[in-house]
Amino acid sequence: MTSRQSLGAVRSSFAPWADPTATPLVRFEAVTKRFGAETAVKSVSLDIYEREFFALLGPSGCGKTTLMRMLAGFETPDEGRVTLEGQDLAGLPPHQRPLHMMFQSYALFPHLSVERNIAFGLQRQGLAKAEISDRVAEMLALVRLEGLARRKPDQLSGGQRQRVALARALAPRPKVLLLDEPLGALDRKLREETQFELMALQQRLGMTFLVVTHDQEEAMVMADRIAVMRAGEIVQTGPPPEVYEAPNCRYVADFIGEVNLFEGQVETADGRLVRLSSPVCPQGLEAAEDDPLPKSAAAWFAVRPEKMVLHPTPPPPGPNLMQGKVADIGYLGDWTTYVVEVAGGQTVRAARANAARVVENPVDWGDTVWLTFARDAAVVLSR
Amino acid sequence: MKRRSLAAIAPYLWLLAFFLFPFLLVAKLSLSDQALAMPPYAPRLDLAAGVAGIASFLKALDLETYLRLASDRLYLVSYLSSLKFAAVGTVILLLIGYPMAYGMSRFPPAGRQALLMAVILPFWTSFLIRIYAWVAILKPQGLLNAALQGLGLPALSILNTETAVYLGLVYAYLPFMVLPLYAVLERQDPSLMEAAADLGASPLQAFWRVTFPISMPGVAAGALLCFIPMVGEFVIPDLLGGPGTLTLGRTLWTEFFANRDWPAASAVAIVMLVTLVAPLVFLQRRASTLAAAS
Repeated sequence: MTSRQSLGAVRSSFAPWADPTATPLVRFEAVTKRFGAETAVKSVSLDIYEREFFALLGPSGCGKTTLMRMLAGFETPDEGRVTLEGQDLAGLPPHQRPLHMMFQSYALFPHLSVERNIAFGLQRQGLAKAEISDRVAEMLALVRLEGLARRKPDQLSGGQRQRVALARALAPRPKVLLLDEPLGALDRKLREETQFELMALQQRLGMTFLVVTHDQEEAMVMADRIAVMRAGEIVQTGPPPEVYEAPNCRYVADFIGEVNLFEGQVETADGRLVRLSSPVCPQGLEAAEDDPLPKSAAAWFAVRPEKMVLHPTPPPPGPNLMQGKVADIGYLGDWTTYVVEVAGGQTVRAARANAARVVENPVDWGDTVWLTFARDAAVVLSR
Repeated sequence: MKRRSLAAIAPYLWLLAFFLFPFLLVAKLSLSDQALAMPPYAPRLDLAAGVAGIASFLKALDLETYLRLASDRLYLVSYLSSLKFAAVGTVILLLIGYPMAYGMSRFPPAGRQALLMAVILPFWTSFLIRIYAWVAILKPQGLLNAALQGLGLPALSILNTETAVYLGLVYAYLPFMVLPLYAVLERQDPSLMEAAADLGASPLQAFWRVTFPISMPGVAAGALLCFIPMVGEFVIPDLLGGPGTLTLGRTLWTEFFANRDWPAASAVAIVMLVTLVAPLVFLQRRASTLAAAS
């Protein structure tokens, strides 16, 4: 890659994790947590920097919530330590930690009005009455709930409750705001809006957010960095474009977005190009890859559906070319996904942006089509 | 459609047959004249005489019995004493029942079932036998004093005192206090406590500011379930309180069975009902506003 190139379509100048002199705000150092015989978190080390929007991403039961709860103080690590601004948090009960959490269920106090919910944390800090009411008003304005201050939680819609929970956790100005599946209970449209609102809020307040989510799209849109977790371990940590375009294993490639995995045996790997022999492609598979791989080892090419090119007529023969039959077409409006069955029974997904309203020679179910992908569209994975 | 409307009427029919009809009977009795010995008490409704019969029947009803209740201090004293037993009993029950219910609700789920069972277990024995058992425990040569003597401590005379009545009331009504409290506490979302702690509340603050206010419907339900029957309680004060303890239940019993004064007994019952309906309606209203809030 040249300096004018970058992974994905995003270029960000905010990257404290790349700066070796920066000190992290939160540090997990080889943290392990067991529940009985089950190990929920296995020796996880993780640094989170000030002003970062960090996402812990993984399926349910992967340990992401346990990791967050150890930071909040609801769980105690069995091994390792968690530090905040260099201070070990061990032995500090939750109510003495300067971190606040937005709960997945929101956990709003049902007997208190919106304003008294928001004031709860401020009262515990022993602030003066005038200051509390100022801060509550400020928070209500921030989440645009000014008219609803005296409502009880059960008189609010799901989206409004979510914003009260957010305001309540933000009001005492935590060092880190922890968000447990913050958008999980919202419908799709509201979720998308709220994603951008949360990002804008985080930027404006200059705060550090740690979000736990199983929704890869949520993590991709909002986070500066994502840590992908599986079975108590972090598999890969990086900014969204890196995790998406350069996954380090099949699990990450598959978990984040859609992916086609082509399995094959390494024929040559010369430090510039990797060639695989594969049953789906008579002329073999080729990808640009600097890392040398041992000959005849098993390897996978991961190619995203949008990087597959669909040809209704046969293109000139060459590597990365496969022929198949259209088994399914998913029309999403903005995109169309074609599911193509190729040699060996493997199904390959190819996505096409519907850039034009009127399409010539549309593809039909059962049509014979050809698929190709560019050499630099594939990621070579060895595990 | 017809079937459904029938199902909707059924509870009203039930109330009509087993509440309203007996209530009217008792109400009529309370307005009747006192007579020696046996019912029926005058006036009698003579339906054969038609409208004139009903008119003369209504004309003959009067409030004489109620006036008698108001003028005799005995009734007032037994009312106040019953209300005191019920009120103090309810407070003691709350003080004992709340920590019990709270502890049960915080127990691991497997153990909760066993604890719940233990609370319900006394119901498997007859109420009367259990109160008689207290007599055996508390009487001068009873189990309690035998145990105290064995330890070289002075004997206590608890039977036939107010203390014995409170002991019996608290013992007998504890499940009625614990169960509704347990129901609200067990249902409470544990993440509320975590949210309170997360926002800086110490465990004690979290309890007083979150757990306790949210459990108010359970407190109201438990208090109601105990207070109302305790006001009219007869067996416990009769067996444990001795002849010196005046309560509504005992006065009613005496009027009915000893004095054979059914009008007076009915009037006592009606006044008791009316005095109990007032707090009931109040608490019901409060509970429904609380329910609406939570």
